Amino acid sequence: MGHAPQLNRRSFVLGTAAIGSGLALGIPFGGPTAVHAADGTLEVNAWVVVRPDETVVVRIARSEMGQGTLTGLAQLVAEELECDWSKVTTEYPTPGQSVARKRVWGDFSTGGSRGVRTSHEYVRKGGAAARLMLIQAAANEWAAPVSECATSKGVITHVPSGRTVTYGKVAEAAAKLQPPADVKLKDPKDWTIAGKPLKRLDTVEKTNGKMIYGADIKLPGMLNAAIKDCPVFGGTLKSFDDSKILGMKGVKKVVRVGESAVAVVADTWWHAKSALETMPVVWDDGKNANVSSESIGKWLQEGLDAAQPAFVGNKAGDVKAAFASAAKTVEAVYAYPYQNHATMEPMNATVLYTAEKCEVWTGTQNGEAVFAAAVEASGLPSDKCEVYKIMPGGGFGRRGMTDYVRQAVAIAKQMPGTPIKLMWSREEDMLHGRYHPVTQSKLIGAFDADNNLIGLHMRISGQSILASVRPEAMQNGMDTVTFQGLNASGEAAIGYTVPNLLIDHSMRNPHVPPGFWRGVNVNQNAIYLESFMDELAHSVGQDPLEFRRKLMTKHPKHLAVLNAVAERIGWTTPAPQGVFRGICQHMGFGSYVAAATEISVTGGNKIKIHRIVAATDPGYAVNPWQIDRQIAGSFVYGLSALFYGECTVKGGRIEQENFDTYPSMTMKEMPKVESILMPSGGFWGGVGEPTICVAAPAVLNAYFAATGKRIRSVPLKNHDIIFA
Amino acid sequence: MASLTINGRSYEIDVEPDTPLLWAIRENAGLTGTKYGCGVAQCGACTVHVDGQQVRSCSMALSEAIGKQVTTIEGLASEGAVHKVQQAWIDHDVPQCGYCQSGMIMAVAALLETIPQPTDEDIDLAITNICRCGTFQQVREAIHAAASA
Ligand code: FES
Ligand code: FES
Repeated sequence: MGHAPQLNRRSFVLGTAAIGSGLALGIPFGGPTAVHAADGTLEVNAWVVVRPDETVVVRIARSEMGQGTLTGLAQLVAEELECDWSKVTTEYPTPGQSVARKRVWGDFSTGGSRGVRTSHEYVRKGGAAARLMLIQAAANEWAAPVSECATSKGVITHVPSGRTVTYGKVAEAAAKLQPPADVKLKDPKDWTIAGKPLKRLDTVEKTNGKMIYGADIKLPGMLNAAIKDCPVFGGTLKSFDDSKILGMKGVKKVVRVGESAVAVVADTWWHAKSALETMPVVWDDGKNANVSSESIGKWLQEGLDAAQPAFVGNKAGDVKAAFASAAKTVEAVYAYPYQNHATMEPMNATVLYTAEKCEVWTGTQNGEAVFAAAVEASGLPSDKCEVYKIMPGGGFGRRGMTDYVRQAVAIAKQMPGTPIKLMWSREEDMLHGRYHPVTQSKLIGAFDADNNLIGLHMRISGQSILASVRPEAMQNGMDTVTFQGLNASGEAAIGYTVPNLLIDHSMRNPHVPPGFWRGVNVNQNAIYLESFMDELAHSVGQDPLEFRRKLMTKHPKHLAVLNAVAERIGWTTPAPQGVFRGICQHMGFGSYVAAATEISVTGGNKIKIHRIVAATDPGYAVNPWQIDRQIAGSFVYGLSALFYGECTVKGGRIEQENFDTYPSMTMKEMPKVESILMPSGGFWGGVGEPTICVAAPAVLNAYFAATGKRIRSVPLKNHDIIFA
Repeated sequence: MASLTINGRSYEIDVEPDTPLLWAIRENAGLTGTKYGCGVAQCGACTVHVDGQQVRSCSMALSEAIGKQVTTIEGLASEGAVHKVQQAWIDHDVPQCGYCQSGMIMAVAALLETIPQPTDEDIDLAITNICRCGTFQQVREAIHAAASA
């Protein structure tokens, strides 16, 4: 087994652009040379265009995929710009423009809940600099000092004379000024646009069918492609018999795509897909043809043995000595399966390739990665490639990958001059995911004679995402992301102090390709650790909350969110008759999160979730309304994963092909989520992902409270446990 | 050649009669507001109304819709107007990625036709659309708001 790392040309393509210019990303705004926006208006700087009609166009480099980042980033720019929010609209710069302008917009990558938290500073500076330039332009016109001018809602006032001018009137003059060398950002406590529960900027078109997603792209003369990649990962395409389908209505061409796939190109996608389904295809399944969930499980199980080589992620004291001196030890083994992102819109990309140019239209979480993929797959130089980002029907990490874009370019290259829309069927999407990685964990806790936890060993055995997706980010062969939520410090730190601690990873990479899946590694790490914490507490007859609190005195922010959910759920007061509670906390993506649930169980296996309380401390809350929605949504994703989520492997391929065998929660299963947003300031955490990880352990711990049964593997359907 | 009535307009459609209504709507009539999510009647992204009934258009043959009134998200409200469900969706900022929402809105609009004041239980039974972004909490709020609008 093993997964060959892919060459990553992205860093090369983009790296050259940045290095060639000598510009560092820290420099937030464009040079003094005025640049025209697409509509001919001079931009004030790279982030801000003010049109003569006072419309403020905020440039957004990160991708919107439903998480609200577009609106949040616009709020941050508008806050510093002090413009009129009702006049704000947004625009995506293209990756091609970014490269041509020496990456003036910084990173396009939108994953790891980083959309806001890693770009807030330079986008705010962009807004603040634009404001200073607009004021300067007005002051110049009035021959007045800047210090006598004030701004509010897009209007500049010369305070002593009372004269006013709007941004749109001075924007052109401002665009020609030298940008300020440095700007001062507002204290978040003075925010009036950022930090407010504003509505999203992109809602209306999502309610009337007008929003265009990748699947909806139409170009003149466009043809549609359906594709089948070898269902066994690592297998190849042996042969296909297109004579059977070339005469079918609408079918134009059948093309080989790389080593492992075949595509049918037709007038409509329905024709392409129907023809593809009837075409005889022979695969060479290759060396992974016998791999199964069982064989993977067995291999991972061997990695749980402490004698197996392992990377150390967190260590304190001496666990071996602690175990030797322990009055009592407790041990448990947990497991987490492969899961598909199952974005609502299957993967797709539209490509127009000619000898002179390669253009891509696609929904992506990373426009720059798509750009690099287009450069590589087309073989054209980067100034002959362009990418237009389209609204994606969900991302959840899947659309940070570019496999489907490469396929689309490969097809389009075989039909130069004809725009090709490649769309995956749901089945193709299920069979060719970049799956939530598979892992197991053995945990051993040691107590002294007074029932104090003196030692904890957490061994993780299983798949590394980085080894497959970003091998260049590994550290001496170690995947540090594996330890998300378990680190000694940083943006995903463990919330407990155990005097003798060892958390290590025996890396085992099956051939099924892993990817970043909303929540990434905190999902399983939280289940492992937080379920086991509960086990430890019960093993010594202590209250799970009190047991945790004793270990958390040095982790005040972790403790604060835990306390908040405990208080809201009423932990210290008895639950209603027949109702049982579970609680947990974790940290990921820079934010502290905790959850508490109330459930009832009938017949031993039917779970009704009555309440979920979730607390988040993301440092700063840019849009509380949207954060609320991310939190509620994260429980749908997390509970769907807990109850249903599993992609099993048989014959080297994934068995589940659609929502009938890979279900997702619906209305009737959705509990009410009460979210507590408690930003404590001083740091910037993400909100799209963190709370997913506390969904499952909160329910699992409540299930134990209700039944005395500890569930140690996901999904619950394998234990015959269902939603009531 | 089949003649299909969508949103009160007639479309001459030249495809096989067993083509799923979804693809006739999207690719032949060119109305892309109706989405493909699964193709097997599992997700509801393709929900439209056929003679006022909610239908998962991926699993209805075009031939079955001939002679009937098909309504898609584009025709839910008359030109320039906003349907009360759409308005509630806007007021409650329901959509996240939005991809499932055409189908969700069509399913809800059909529900409110049959049960103008649905209880939570009515909603649970009638609205079985999948939303991977997880907008259900706002969907429920917005349904109640639309019902009392
Ligand atoms: S596409 Fe029709 S129900 Fe999913
Ligand atoms: S809003 Fe994205 S799937 Fe429902």
